[in-house]
Amino acid sequence: MTIEKSDSMNYIEEYRDSKITRAILQEIFRHNKFINTNYMEICGGHTVAIFKHGLRDTLPANIKLLSGPGCPVCVTDISFIDEAIELAKKKNVIIATFGDMLRVPGSYSSLMKEKSTGADIRICYSAMDSLKIAENNPDKEVVFIGVGFETTAPAIGVTIKTAKQKRLQNFSVLSSHKTMPNAIRALLDADEVAINGFICPGHVSAITGTTMYDFVAKEYNIPCVISGFEPSDILETILMLMKQTNTGEAKVENQYTRGVKKEGNLKALEILNDVFVPIDIKWRGIGLIPSSGLGISRRYSEFDTRKKIKIDLPLPKEISGCICGEIMRGVKTPKDCTLFAKVCNPENPQGACMVSAEGSCGTYYRYMPDMKK
Amino acid sequence: MCLAIPMKIIKIEDNLATAEISGAKYKANIDLVPDVKIGEYIIVHAGFAIEKLDEESAMETLRIWQDVADFHDNREKR
Repeated sequence: MTIEKSDSMNYIEEYRDSKITRAILQEIFRHNKFINTNYMEICGGHTVAIFKHGLRDTLPANIKLLSGPGCPVCVTDISFIDEAIELAKKKNVIIATFGDMLRVPGSYSSLMKEKSTGADIRICYSAMDSLKIAENNPDKEVVFIGVGFETTAPAIGVTIKTAKQKRLQNFSVLSSHKTMPNAIRALLDADEVAINGFICPGHVSAITGTTMYDFVAKEYNIPCVISGFEPSDILETILMLMKQTNTGEAKVENQYTRGVKKEGNLKALEILNDVFVPIDIKWRGIGLIPSSGLGISRRYSEFDTRKKIKIDLPLPKEISGCICGEIMRGVKTPKDCTLFAKVCNPENPQGACMVSAEGSCGTYYRYMPDMKK
Repeated sequence: MCLAIPMKIIKIEDNLATAEISGAKYKANIDLVPDVKIGEYIIVHAGFAIEKLDEESAMETLRIWQDVADFHDNREKR
């Protein structure tokens, strides 16, 4: 049988075809050497896909999947949430944000609580929406809450460039954008958990290209495979990792060739490097990681909230009992948390991992009903 | 948050594409993928197309696995 492109092809259903996933699973079992192996999916989107499609249960028992630090909401440090909350309290400020930041608990409040007490907080589908808000509210300062990895930052870069073209005086970005490489390095240097391979994030790599992970293979001798997000993508990635593990190889391979080019998206990288500069930044649960954040470059400093508005921060107060940090480092799972499904749930999240649709705790809660008992 | 969805471009006006998935239509800024054309598929993340999907490599992956699936099927039938 041959496959030809048809009008009904949508780049989703084809990769969910049970005949194909079954064939890949057969190959996985055929290549299994029955050695305990830990593969970490870095990206929260992969965590969700793995749970949603029940992939963990289909794998040989010796292949364990660990969830990594790839949920941007989850790794945002509590002091950044506090910063956003303090801005929201200011009378002349409108906060524009992606919806998933709203419920993330800060030390003493959340954007949601501030909104309920009258703060002007608007949810955006695209960062460009925040420019319209700024144009319609010339007497207010519109602050966009910039959270996200390499996938998201170029879009925020385009937004800032557009603001400059439009000569908007009342728009700025509170940036907490982050980049993956040094976070992976920090995770490996901490050496808390054995990782035998990385399922590398597909959409981050669509921007950055494939060479970003070379150091993981070369310096740490750990196989890396960039993966798409459908069941057959993830299973094929696991098979590719197993083949490397079996031969003792460590190289970077690209399973997601339809979406990721070796050189990445050059246009997006050009914008990223124009608008942002690397900065040291704190990751929740990991700590300060050198050059793992993106600050706004001098050329666009008039759009840097921190250069425009003085923000007095309260002393940060971490959430008692929450083990989000250990969960994001792959050291623990939500099963080990005493708060999980007792006092912490999506309606009343205690930690960021329960808030985000891609957080480990939120994913476990939604897709593992037995754990709620 | 790095969630991105493949969508088919049905209209382009300046730097804004109208893209479709399963009958639902969305607007996507195409400043990051300036060379896209109507009929092509883009990956849309937070209102922006972040990359064009490569049809040839998409088909190649599917063909390889279809062949493996057929091989397993035939072996089971024997």
